[in-house]
Amino acid sequence: MKKAFSFLTFSLALFAMSFSPAGPGYKVGDTAIDFKLKNVDGKMVSLAGIEGAKGYIVVFTCNACPYAKAYEDRIIALHNKYAPLGYPVVAINPNDKDVQPADSFDKMKERAKDKKIPYAYLYDETQEIAKTYGATRTPHVYLLDNNRVVRYIGAIDDNSESASDVKEKYLENAIDALRNGKDVATKETKAVGCGIKWKKA
Amino acid sequence: MKPIFTILFLLSLSGLSAQHIPFIKAGQIEQWKNTDSDTVYVLNFWATWCAPCVEELPSFEKLNRAYADKNVKVVLISTDFKRNVESGVKPFIQKKKLKSQVVFMDEPNPNNYINAVDSSWSGAIPATLIWSKRRNVSTFFEKKLTYEELETAVKEALK
Repeated sequence: MKKAFSFLTFSLALFAMSFSPAGPGYKVGDTAIDFKLKNVDGKMVSLAGIEGAKGYIVVFTCNACPYAKAYEDRIIALHNKYAPLGYPVVAINPNDKDVQPADSFDKMKERAKDKKIPYAYLYDETQEIAKTYGATRTPHVYLLDNNRVVRYIGAIDDNSESASDVKEKYLENAIDALRNGKDVATKETKAVGCGIKWKKA
Repeated sequence: MKPIFTILFLLSLSGLSAQHIPFIKAGQIEQWKNTDSDTVYVLNFWATWCAPCVEELPSFEKLNRAYADKNVKVVLISTDFKRNVESGVKPFIQKKKLKSQVVFMDEPNPNNYINAVDSSWSGAIPATLIWSKRRNVSTFFEKKLTYEELETAVKEALK
């Protein structure tokens, strides 16, 4: 009986998982896990291994999604502005290459080379990090402080189509608040993005 | 003033060909949600470049055909970039011969409407809301739907 019950529980858990691959994920205030993921240069990258970091701009993004592409130059600019101040961008591609071949590791390498991407661009092949963080779309930002506490979740700014029409730079405002030891005013925003391409069960 | 706009808008939805794409603002979501009628709204958020969205479009088209006389209103809400409406969305509608109403979400900041659609929506597309105020129905999906899933939810809403 007990065995049957645990099997049932297990089946139900699997059933539930198949419908919510992302799970609840992190909320602002949670401590995010570190990870060790392969960078486009072939080296393994973890947050702890980034020297001198006062925080981390973790961005779930990819090659193929038009929204992610629209933000690519802005993400590069963010890194160039904030990495010297201790807040590097750590980009993670969570998409399954079988569902979206344009987001394979080889394609990531090509993209990184073509765009001269200055930040770590990591491949979350098992999708475990995206699931644990609760990322659902690309791009999807998690701003962490030096203790890996999540301080902001959401969009980079308020206009994905046009950088020149941005009125509110949510992420930059959050980083600036962190740098000045202030509370982040807007802690969570949303954006329309490409749903993460989860592995087919 | 507002109800007049709503009526005009609803008329425009029913009267115009699929090639005309009305631009809507966030307030339109609230207006649909506040409409006190027997209509069940099936609001699908999609984009021409979103592969899973394009894959599920035939299911919405099928639903639109099958439930045309059953108080079901399918609206395909494009979240494409505005600059691509003429060059991308319109030709796409023609090519796919879409018969369901297509509208364009003319809000550069999705924070203006995402929570109005459903507070659980993270913003990933495809996403679909099945809604009827009078019938007290609110079913939200943030994933690609099969026709069976869609029809089951609509049948439930029509009960």
